[in-house]
Amino acid sequence: MAYSDKVIDHYNNPRNVGSLDKGKTNVGTGVVGAPECGDVMKLQIEVDGDRIVDAKFKTFGCGSAIASSSLATEWIKGKTLDEAMAIKNTQIVEELSLPPVKIHCSVLAEDAIKSAIADYKSKNEAQDSNAKEARS
Amino acid sequence: MKLPIYFDYQATTPLDPRVLEAMLPYFTEHFGNAASRSHAFGWTAEQAVEKARGQIAELLGASPKEIVFTSGSTEAINLALKGAAEMYSEKGKHIVTSEVEHKAVLDTCKHLEQLGYQVTYLKPTKAGRVTREMVEAALRPDTILVALMWANNEVGTLNPIREIGALCHEKGVLFFTDATQAVGKVPVDVEADHVDMLCLSGHKLYGPKGIGCLYVRRKNPRVRLVSQMDGGGHERGMRSGTLNVPGIVGLGKACELCRTDFDKDLAHAKALRDEFERRVFASLDYVTLNGDADHRLPNNSNLSFSFVEGESMIMGIKDIAVSSGSACTSASLEPSHVLRAMGVGDELAHSSIRFGFGRFTTREDVDFAVEQVVKAVKRLRELSPLYEMVQEGVDLSTVNWQGGH
Repeated sequence: MAYSDKVIDHYNNPRNVGSLDKGKTNVGTGVVGAPECGDVMKLQIEVDGDRIVDAKFKTFGCGSAIASSSLATEWIKGKTLDEAMAIKNTQIVEELSLPPVKIHCSVLAEDAIKSAIADYKSKNEAQDSNAKEARS
Repeated sequence: MKLPIYFDYQATTPLDPRVLEAMLPYFTEHFGNAASRSHAFGWTAEQAVEKARGQIAELLGASPKEIVFTSGSTEAINLALKGAAEMYSEKGKHIVTSEVEHKAVLDTCKHLEQLGYQVTYLKPTKAGRVTREMVEAALRPDTILVALMWANNEVGTLNPIREIGALCHEKGVLFFTDATQAVGKVPVDVEADHVDMLCLSGHKLYGPKGIGCLYVRRKNPRVRLVSQMDGGGHERGMRSGTLNVPGIVGLGKACELCRTDFDKDLAHAKALRDEFERRVFASLDYVTLNGDADHRLPNNSNLSFSFVEGESMIMGIKDIAVSSGSACTSASLEPSHVLRAMGVGDELAHSSIRFGFGRFTTREDVDFAVEQVVKAVKRLRELSPLYEMVQEGVDLSTVNWQGGH
C-alpha cells in the first residue's frame, strides 16, 4: 500500500507523543478503539479556561491511525473546546489523503477528540456541581 | 547492502541462477511444442519435459508418469479436489480438510459444497496442527478424500503427514496434501508417507512462476481424476493445454537442486532463523511465537509483537520485506484466518509478522533485520497506549473498550 507523504511524515515524526496527568482536573482523556480491532487511540487535552493549551496522544494502530491522531493533536492545540469539537474526520481524510479503507482511522481520531473533551467536561461539571452543592 | 532485503520466502522465492540457465535455451533455440511428434523441434521439447518429470519424481519418491504439470499449486489443488470429487461422487460426497488450509483449498471446498458435497473443516490445535485422531474422528463411510496441507504457509506448522496418510490408506480414503511450502524444506517420500496426491509450485522453490505440478498416484491405489481443463488430452488427459516447456525445465532443475542441496539449504535457513529468533527474544519482551515450536518449517518464523500493530510495524521495518497477519495488510480487512483458527486472539493476530529465510539470505541480512525489528518495536511501543497501560499494571482483558470497528 502506498502512503501519502504526509502520513509518512507523521509516522516518522509523530507530533505530541506522550501522556498528561489524567488525575488533573484540567486534563481530559479519551481512549477509543479496541485492541482486537487493531486500533486504540489515547488522546489527552490540557485546558485553560475554554482553550486547549496542550495535547498528547498515543496510538496502537496502522500508520494512518498514527498519522490521524498525530495530526489531531496538532490541530486542536490552541483551539477552544468548541472549535475542537467542530473538527470533522473528512478534514483529516483530506489533509492526509487517506484512501477509503483508512477512513475509519480518521473517524477514530475525531472520536478521540470528542471523547477527551467529554471527559474534561464531565470532570469539571462534576466539580462545578460539587462546588455548588458545597455552597448551598 | 542492497535494500530492501527479502524475508518473504513463503510468498515466493528468487529464481536460482542455475535454474534460469537451464531454462533459457527453451525460450529461443528449443522452442518446439512437446506434443509435436513429427519433427525434431517437438522431440527435443518432449525430451526436456520428460527429463524434468524425472527430476521432480526423484525429489518426491514418485514415478515420472505420476507427475501432471499445471500452472501452479492453485490449479493443481482445483484439479485434485474437483477432479477426485467428480470421479468418486458415487462412492460418497464427503471431504475432510482443515480450517488453516490455503484459500485455494478452502474456496475449492466451498465450491464443492455448493455442488452438494459435504466438507468437514477440522479445527487445529493451538499450534496449528491437525492430528491423526482428529482425522479419524471425522471420517465417515461416505468420505472420499482427505485434503490437508503438509506445512502451513503462515505459521509453518507441519502436519503429521505420514500418520494421516497411513490412516487414509487403512480406511481406503484418498489423501491429498498441499506441499507447496514443504517441498525442498522437509523430506518428502510419497510412498513412505502414503500420499495419493500432492501439489507443488515452482516459484516457492527457486523455480519460475506459472508452473507447478500435481503428483497423482498410479498404483495402490490408482487415482483417477476427471479433468478440469478439456482439450488436446495432454498429461494423460488430466490437463489439456500446450506444455510450458521452459517453465517445466525450470521446475525440473529447481527440484533437482532442492534434492542435491537439501541438507545445505535446510541447515542454512534453520541456522539463520534460529539466530534471528534467539536475538529478537533476547532483546524484546512480550514476543510470542505463533505456530508449533517442535513441528515447524526450518525457514519460517511467525512472531507477534504485543502492543504493536502489524501494518505500522511493516512501515517501521520498511527496509526488510515481510508480511503480516494484520487485517490492515490484507485485501479482505480480516485478520489471518489461520491465526484465528488456532485461537490466537485478534489482538495478537494484528501484531503478527511472518519472516522467511532462504537460500540467498545472509548472516548480514539477519543482523540488519534484528536491528530493524528491535528498533521499530521499541519505538512503536513508546507510541502505544496499550504498552503504557500494561506498564502501569492494567490487565488489558478487563478494559471496557469503547468503539472501534
